[in-house]
Amino acid sequence: MDALLTPVWDVVFAPFADYAFMRRALVATLALSLSAAPLGVFLTLRRMSLLGDALSHAVLPGVAIGFMVSGLSLTAMALGGVVAGLMVAAFAGLVSRFTTLKEDASLAAIYLVALALGVTLISGHGTQLDLLHILFGSALGVDREGLLLVAGVSSASVLVLAAMYRGLVLETFDPVFLNAHHKRHGSACSKLLSPWVWHQAFLMLVVVNLVAGFQTLGTLMAVGLMMLPAVSARLWHDTLPAQLMNASTQAAVAGTAGLLLSYHFDTPSGPTIIGCAGVLYFLSLLFAPGGWLPRSWTTRHRVA
Amino acid sequence: MNTLDTFNCNSLPRRFLLASATALALLGSSAHAADKLPVIASFSILGDLVRVVGGDRVAVTTLVGANEDAHVFEARPADAKTLLASKLVVTNGLGFEPWAGKLIKSAGYKGETVVASKGVKARHMQDEKGHSGHAHEDTDPHAWQNPNNVALYARNIAAGLSKVDASGAAIYQANAEAYAKELQALDVWAKEQIATIPAAKRKVITSHDAFGYFSAQYGVTFLAPQGVNTETEPSAKQVAQLIKQIQREKIRAVFVENMSNPKLIAQLSKDAGANLGASLYADALSASDQPGATYLQMMRHNVTQLVAGMKNN
Repeated sequence: MDALLTPVWDVVFAPFADYAFMRRALVATLALSLSAAPLGVFLTLRRMSLLGDALSHAVLPGVAIGFMVSGLSLTAMALGGVVAGLMVAAFAGLVSRFTTLKEDASLAAIYLVALALGVTLISGHGTQLDLLHILFGSALGVDREGLLLVAGVSSASVLVLAAMYRGLVLETFDPVFLNAHHKRHGSACSKLLSPWVWHQAFLMLVVVNLVAGFQTLGTLMAVGLMMLPAVSARLWHDTLPAQLMNASTQAAVAGTAGLLLSYHFDTPSGPTIIGCAGVLYFLSLLFAPGGWLPRSWTTRHRVA
Repeated sequence: MNTLDTFNCNSLPRRFLLASATALALLGSSAHAADKLPVIASFSILGDLVRVVGGDRVAVTTLVGANEDAHVFEARPADAKTLLASKLVVTNGLGFEPWAGKLIKSAGYKGETVVASKGVKARHMQDEKGHSGHAHEDTDPHAWQNPNNVALYARNIAAGLSKVDASGAAIYQANAEAYAKELQALDVWAKEQIATIPAAKRKVITSHDAFGYFSAQYGVTFLAPQGVNTETEPSAKQVAQLIKQIQREKIRAVFVENMSNPKLIAQLSKDAGANLGASLYADALSASDQPGATYLQMMRHNVTQLVAGMKNN
């Protein structure tokens, strides 16, 4: 019994039992898996998979201003990031509403402007200080403050997501119906708010989650944990609740496995975790019901 | 932040002066005593040395200012302009400023250059496994952490200045020799200070291992969680090993330097039950209102802080 348990304990549990920084990294990663991965599923369904990437650049001016105003304060930098992210998302939404541009096009335009602004701000105030490194977090540098931020944001967004689930699903899959319904009943109908409201509320959730992730775990970790498991989850299930569960689970598995691999094989933690999510993605591409092998199998049968 | 602002504000009129100085020099064919010799130093510590050796005869501009990181420097057009207006460029060498050669070439600078570390016995990075990813050769460029090397720096700078401004050669040499005496006094003082700590307790954690030469000179062991470059991300294994080592060897002295990310090391020392000391100045001087504004002040500050920290080991 002992001969079996000891190696398992050493490999899987001891790193977390021995080191507080490993526990904090794990808790932050799991919290982000719980809230960000489901949001990622909605993003892929809405064909906005690249939003996270765009936002990771778009928040830069806000974070930089936060840093300039009050130094290395997590609150100020996170607040700046959220404000910048929301402004960019809202601006892109407004452009798509009032002009002929689609939302992704206007987002691409505005995030580049924001990135340019951010880089200018930083270089005007100390290029040589390794600011880009400092402005965002890293998986092993999670402190108490960062942990509270991620856990708080995660708890709040899971609750908000549950509350707005029906409206959001309707707006994602059948915006035409929602729009028509809204027009017919007007704003007097409180049950179905305008699609615009759902969309903006959803974007706010995404921004808040991403910024919390950027500040505590870094941009690669935040975007990676949000998008990669979400994309692979779509290959496994047809129903939305199953996809949401799958995405969260994959993110949690990748986070735990990545931290352990980084511990045992001496590799940088953030990239290792995202690498694990990538491996899960390639496995899903091959073996999931929506992936290559099962599909080629069934089509061959049909031809024959 | 402030330091850079003042740097910018100062350099603007100064650049104008420099430009007019060169224009005058070109017109008058020989430099008058009133015109200061425009010199560029790659980073703040060299800037201080040029100021000491050159005295009133030179006007120094530094490319990488106080509290800034030379590893991640990116040149701006203004830097190329100042470069062109100067008569002498002073770099550290030993791979510390990989960007300098490119900048000199792209700016079309054709004047004299001095590699301040010429003749220094270069140390190699004590590279632990796991940092095999860097592009540059692994000589340790931080030679100025040993005052004896800095005496050599000062002499190299004096020789370089003499080449461009032969009439001041005697002054430059005298300044360099006087400074070498101060450096010797610094070296003696530092040795005395560190001798107050038992040899077994001379262990310190810092966030960036820039202290190889210091360590060799004074017998202090520096442990770093981050490897050589500021930009490498540590692995969980490295961090865990470091915590284990801090606890096993009962190290209480943890220091961050003036420009690296303090978050990881602050968290790490808290985990291991060590105390975070004041900032050390490794690659850059501090702003003029902080305790490391010149090379001599910087070294005295570092030694004092290190000794205070190691007392608790």
